[in-house]
Amino acid sequence: MKQLAFTIYILFISLASVSAQKYFTKTGYISFEAGTALEDIVAANKAAASVLDAATGQIEFAVLIKGFEFRRALMQEHFNENYMESSKYPKASFKGTIANIREVSFQKPGNYSITVKGTLEIHGIKKEITIIGSIKVSGNTIQTLAKFPVTISDYKIAIPGIVSDKIAKTATVSVNCNYTVLK
Amino acid sequence: MKYLITATLLFAAPAIRAQEKDLLGLIDSTTSGQKEYVTGAFKSSRVINGHSIEFIGKNVLDVRILHRFGRINDGIGEFFGLDQASMRLGFDYGLGKNLTIGLGRSTAGKELDGFIKYRLIQQAAGVKGAAPFSVVLATGAALTTQKLAADAKYTDTKHRMAYYSEIIIGRKFTEAFSLQLAPAYVHRNLVQDLADNNDTYALGIGGRLKLSKRVAFVADYHYVISGLNKDIYKNPLSLGFDIETGGHVFQLHFSNATGMNEKAFITNTTDNWGSGEIRFGFNLSRVFTIGKRKTKIPPGS
Repeated sequence: MKQLAFTIYILFISLASVSAQKYFTKTGYISFEAGTALEDIVAANKAAASVLDAATGQIEFAVLIKGFEFRRALMQEHFNENYMESSKYPKASFKGTIANIREVSFQKPGNYSITVKGTLEIHGIKKEITIIGSIKVSGNTIQTLAKFPVTISDYKIAIPGIVSDKIAKTATVSVNCNYTVLK
Repeated sequence: MKYLITATLLFAAPAIRAQEKDLLGLIDSTTSGQKEYVTGAFKSSRVINGHSIEFIGKNVLDVRILHRFGRINDGIGEFFGLDQASMRLGFDYGLGKNLTIGLGRSTAGKELDGFIKYRLIQQAAGVKGAAPFSVVLATGAALTTQKLAADAKYTDTKHRMAYYSEIIIGRKFTEAFSLQLAPAYVHRNLVQDLADNNDTYALGIGGRLKLSKRVAFVADYHYVISGLNKDIYKNPLSLGFDIETGGHVFQLHFSNATGMNEKAFITNTTDNWGSGEIRFGFNLSRVFTIGKRKTKIPPGS
């Protein structure tokens, strides 16, 4: 009996620790599109950092603004110098919670739709946002995917009149991150 | 045993539920220890006349149209110099992030010039031992194609050639302020005056002060150390503004120099700021990105 109880105890502890698992990436892919018919504006960052706590549903992202790569060197320079002021505000981040984390089974491979609520900080401005995305569980690795709009003026990023026809009012941000277990 | 389970439940369970204050703090995040290159020390690949530590980027074609007008003190009869103009049409191409080549043709002396510019060291930040300044090498040649006088003594192509080399050391001190020093050497195979040397040494000083995000004040000065008759030739000084609009950079300035390549403005400047022999001029730069698009949007959710 005692042995059984102990086995159950060990099982409980190990289960508890499994569900307490955290996942991380340093090579997350975050891209955005803010072009119009006049100008093609696309940039991608392949070094986003993110940590996901499977137990609490907490999820965080951080990305260096200077790490966004554009096809055009000048556009990248303007993005950093004139729009994002990346020397002053080097990072963009998101801190939030997966509202329906209970519906995600990290033990069972599959696609789970998630709703994430949290604070997005860009250009030194914080805003509460809700993002609909998904988590793909496959064994020990998971993948998060999301696509959401960001209204540029919400973050006090000034766009001068002369280029206002070329830059979209709302950028579309795409997230695609592959996580491994954080030990 | 019971107590053990109870104890575990009591202590472990809340611990599992506890919210982490800073999840990203658990991993060595993007915030520290990453080398970041410093960019945008100057708005253009030229301070005004001389090369700057800035590069145009890989696969970028920079079409440059440069104008230098006549002397302002020629007065209203010459519309303050605007009646005359000398120009250089140039094409610069970024072979790599740190390598640019360029060709240009100036009306003055019907001169053709070409150069290679290479960045040896780029200023960086974020890690120990990151370079505090950028080091750039630039070297070029100029060929005058003007018809010679019938009684000209030296008529070979080699007599029409001149070369220049310089090392540019520059630093972006703050977001607004950048400064560079450029020791330069110009060799002319043929010189006009007996008093002139074939070799000219000069020190270039270039600075930028940003007035707003898209407007900057720039100054470009070359001090001729030796090789020229100082009674005739003056040190070129240019002061102006960089104005940036999307893919264009306009550089509007006042200068005593008319030359638009290193050989020309270092060794051919005869006007004097002190006597009001100043000219208005502008550089217009338009960049085009050549080649295929690289950035792809991944399949989203």
